[in-house]
Amino acid sequence: MKLVTAIIQPHKLDDVRAALNDIGIQGMTVVEARGFGRQKGHREVYRGAEYVVDFLPKIKLEVAVGDDLVERAVDAIEGAAKTGNVGDGKIFVATIDQAVRIRTGETGPDAL
Amino acid sequence: MFKRHFIALFLGGLFLLGLPNTVLAADALSAGDTAWMLTATALVLFMTIPGLALFYGGLVRTKNVLSVLMQCFALTAMMTLVWVIIGYSIAFNTTGMEAGVTNFNSFVGGLGTMFLSGVTADSLSGSIPETVFITFQMTFAIITPALICGAFAERMKFSAMILFTLVWSIVVYAPVCHMAWSGDGAFFWDLGVLDFAGGTVVHINAGIAALVACIVIGKRQGYPETLMPPHSLTLTVVGAAMLWVGWFGFNAGSAVAANGSAGMAMLVTQIATATATLAWMLAEWIKHGKPSILGAVTGAVAGLFAITPASGSVGPMGAIAIGFLSGVICFWSATTLKRALGFDDSLDAFGVHGVGGIVGALLTGIFASESLGGQGFGDGHTSIGSQFGAQLISVIFTIVYSGVLSFIILKVVDATVGLRVSQEDEIAGLDISLHDERGYNY
Repeated sequence: MKLVTAIIQPHKLDDVRAALNDIGIQGMTVVEARGFGRQKGHREVYRGAEYVVDFLPKIKLEVAVGDDLVERAVDAIEGAAKTGNVGDGKIFVATIDQAVRIRTGETGPDAL
Repeated sequence: MFKRHFIALFLGGLFLLGLPNTVLAADALSAGDTAWMLTATALVLFMTIPGLALFYGGLVRTKNVLSVLMQCFALTAMMTLVWVIIGYSIAFNTTGMEAGVTNFNSFVGGLGTMFLSGVTADSLSGSIPETVFITFQMTFAIITPALICGAFAERMKFSAMILFTLVWSIVVYAPVCHMAWSGDGAFFWDLGVLDFAGGTVVHINAGIAALVACIVIGKRQGYPETLMPPHSLTLTVVGAAMLWVGWFGFNAGSAVAANGSAGMAMLVTQIATATATLAWMLAEWIKHGKPSILGAVTGAVAGLFAITPASGSVGPMGAIAIGFLSGVICFWSATTLKRALGFDDSLDAFGVHGVGGIVGALLTGIFASESLGGQGFGDGHTSIGSQFGAQLISVIFTIVYSGVLSFIILKVVDATVGLRVSQEDEIAGLDISLHDERGYNY
């Protein structure tokens, strides 16, 4: 089992969700995040006081998938989230040691 | 035939009796004036709650929004009582006052009207019930200390603010109000100073107290390097709009009558505010490349502050000039000057408000001139030079009086309850630290 974490542009969330649906992945967790990599921040001005704001709004998306689906999930996310501009984001894949479905108590791949 | 004439005369007589009192007797109650002043009073109260409360509330950080709302609400309640117990007497009692005579009562009113002694439902103040005049003036006494709060926002103890205001309103606000508006024998009045709705009494008074307060209490932690943008400019704009609309009560209501003076006050208020809005927008557009809504509303309030003393004396073209100059000058004082001098006037209570009041009070001396479309000089003045001189005296006096006394009161309050919250409380936010509440629970 793998945890696929993706930091993407907020306006790409719907495309990514649709792409994951298409390969059979239904559940995911989405968090509103702020961050930056190589993307420059923007300027805000309040009564003459100029601020440079580095942190930009991002969406952090997590899906837990079985080993058989990992590669297709990563490809789906990459394809749907890409705009070609700086700030598109990153995808990380980590191993999950254990998973439990709370309602039924199922564990392992059955819990995903 | 005689019967017909008699009936006509009788009916005509009844009709005359039914006419509004303004037609019949000068010193009697005027329904028109009273109706307007009742309305104006409500408008001015609306300027503080919720107008100023939202204007300031949106400008502070999320963790301090309630502290600002609380200050405005608490001050409204407290000043109501202070005013009826002692403030009104100090401000408007005329015992011992005589035209052209300068004595103690030129500066401070007698205490004979404490607890509104002698005031009944039928007492008149000019052509309106005295009760209405008392309440109208009360709303001015309410908003003036509320304006000061902008300078020490986000770091002042609530108890300290209450104590400071309690004393300040009695020894600073009420006397200056007395000097400007209590009539013959009053210090500014006898000098022929033109201050229609409170350039000195409200704006310079509060603006200077604000400057002294923010210097005495010190800068917010992290100022000026840390990002402290307004948490809700939407609230600020709503508040600013309420201030603009309510100001018709403030300025036009200062005519204390439903007449041409009120009408002109309303018109010049609108013109100056609109012009100042555009002036600030333009200045910002040139300096930063883009106009901002915060700039637009700040320009508007700068115009409102500046036109306040002038609203009874200037004409429409004078209002354009005052609006333009206040917009540009306050833009400079709230940005460049403030950063150069280094003080942390959180919400520009001095930078926009105090400076706007000073600019307006001085320009009143110029644009009151009929040659510039104004409505004429004050008593005893026949030239711009002499009127300007009187304005200058009132401005300087108010600056010194408010500055010195505010400093003393602040120091005493600091020595007793302490002015500033602790470092941890300031970082956690005043809403939680002082009120055990959060503004937003989602």
